[in-house]
Amino acid sequence: MTKTFKASELTVGQELPPLDLKTTATLVAGGAMASRDYTPVHHDRDAAVAQGLPDMFMNILTTQGLCSRYVTDWAGIDAIVTRVRTKLGGPNMPGDVLKLRGKVVARADRSVDVEVSGNNAWGNHVTATFTLTLPA
Amino acid sequence: MNENEKKAFEAQLKSFIGRPIGPAMTGRDPVNEPMIRQWCDAMGETNPAHLDAAKAKGTVHGEIKAPPTMLQAWVMEGWAMHEGYDEPKNEQHRLHKFLADHGYTGVLGTNTEENYTRYLRLGEKVTAETVIAEISDEKATGRGIGYFITTRTKFWNEQGEELGSMSFRVLRYKPPAEAAAAAGGSQGKDAKGAAVAAKPTRIKPPMGQDNGWWWEKVAKENVLPIQRCADCGKLRHPPRPMCDACGSQKFDSIAASGRGKVHTFTVIHYPQFPGYDYPIVSIIVDLEEGERMASTLVECKPEAVQIGMPVELLIHQDEDGFKIPFFRPAKRG
Ligand SMILES: [Zn+2]
Repeated sequence: MTKTFKASELTVGQELPPLDLKTTATLVAGGAMASRDYTPVHHDRDAAVAQGLPDMFMNILTTQGLCSRYVTDWAGIDAIVTRVRTKLGGPNMPGDVLKLRGKVVARADRSVDVEVSGNNAWGNHVTATFTLTLPA
Repeated sequence: MNENEKKAFEAQLKSFIGRPIGPAMTGRDPVNEPMIRQWCDAMGETNPAHLDAAKAKGTVHGEIKAPPTMLQAWVMEGWAMHEGYDEPKNEQHRLHKFLADHGYTGVLGTNTEENYTRYLRLGEKVTAETVIAEISDEKATGRGIGYFITTRTKFWNEQGEELGSMSFRVLRYKPPAEAAAAAGGSQGKDAKGAAVAAKPTRIKPPMGQDNGWWWEKVAKENVLPIQRCADCGKLRHPPRPMCDACGSQKFDSIAASGRGKVHTFTVIHYPQFPGYDYPIVSIIVDLEEGERMASTLVECKPEAVQIGMPVELLIHQDEDGFKIPFFRPAKRG
């Protein structure tokens, strides 16, 4: 990992490098298992189809986990996530490419807010605002 | 429901506010490295703060800590969840069943907020209690009329020390019969014959008598056609019925060389429609043949586009097979 940013080194509007994540059934199911979420629609395609959905879909915890590592990979090892506010959109399913984009939207003495958007071909899957505490 | 029934229904609904959904739940396992590693594998998380004790020591974390967004995972029920929620097991399920029984069958998560007091240490036992915090008045939403339900969860460890909190908002709504029928109309069938929603794609241009031939040529011949008057030879774009030089309605077309220059451009960030890649670099191209057309510039960062820059044609094909002429920066050589 890169060195950790100080809040004073960042500017509002600054963008994070983009990250395109290919979504596979393994990622969706693996994320669900790793978060101990055995709700069938997150690992069982038939269960999702029975509910009128095209396929199994990613659970919220996996989406947040992916967004979180996207942000901290950029911010650095000494960044501490203190808050995440999430607006949930459409589903993210196997075959979708989840396009993560981020930018700094607020800055204080030792903290920044980073807004992450995750879009796929269905539209917006998630918009998550991370509040990070950074080294002085 | 008549007015009195509605009042009784809402009174019963609002009586859920403030109720804990059930007894506080303690996670089955304390915060532990195997579950952290499994999480990190799935998330592509390589932060040594979660994985490498030696490296974590020299950081603000001081030791291995759990990834912050894993907080709720420590109290998830796991396997038991696969049995589903048909039988009301707690107050939250009872509330959802109560609404579903009254026609509010749709459910949609809309927002979450998580606050992490601090990162969790190995060995900590996490307990959580969830309360039904808010139920909105009936709201008209894009999905149908419904109620927003907010639950709040507090997390603490075996010493009673606060670890964080979470709020989760869902919309419970009545899917309008009309909307359901309309959605049915745009659905396809998957391999097993089940109805599947169609993936949104680019909005297709209207194709009529005057311009249908143009799109057909793009699709079949992989060219950018330019309409030409069959009498005086004047070129015109976009396609239209009559030559503005001689008034003739006879026409044929030529294939453009594909070379041109950016006349002007704009970068579209919002609004974002499903089926498109944003940002879109929208350009007006001066074609070598002298005509001017609107198109999209691809393979070019928005900050790199310039008026006058040479561009070349490519025929872009969407996932659904639709073809459309785009441009990219000309390869110099
Ligand atoms: Zn003419």
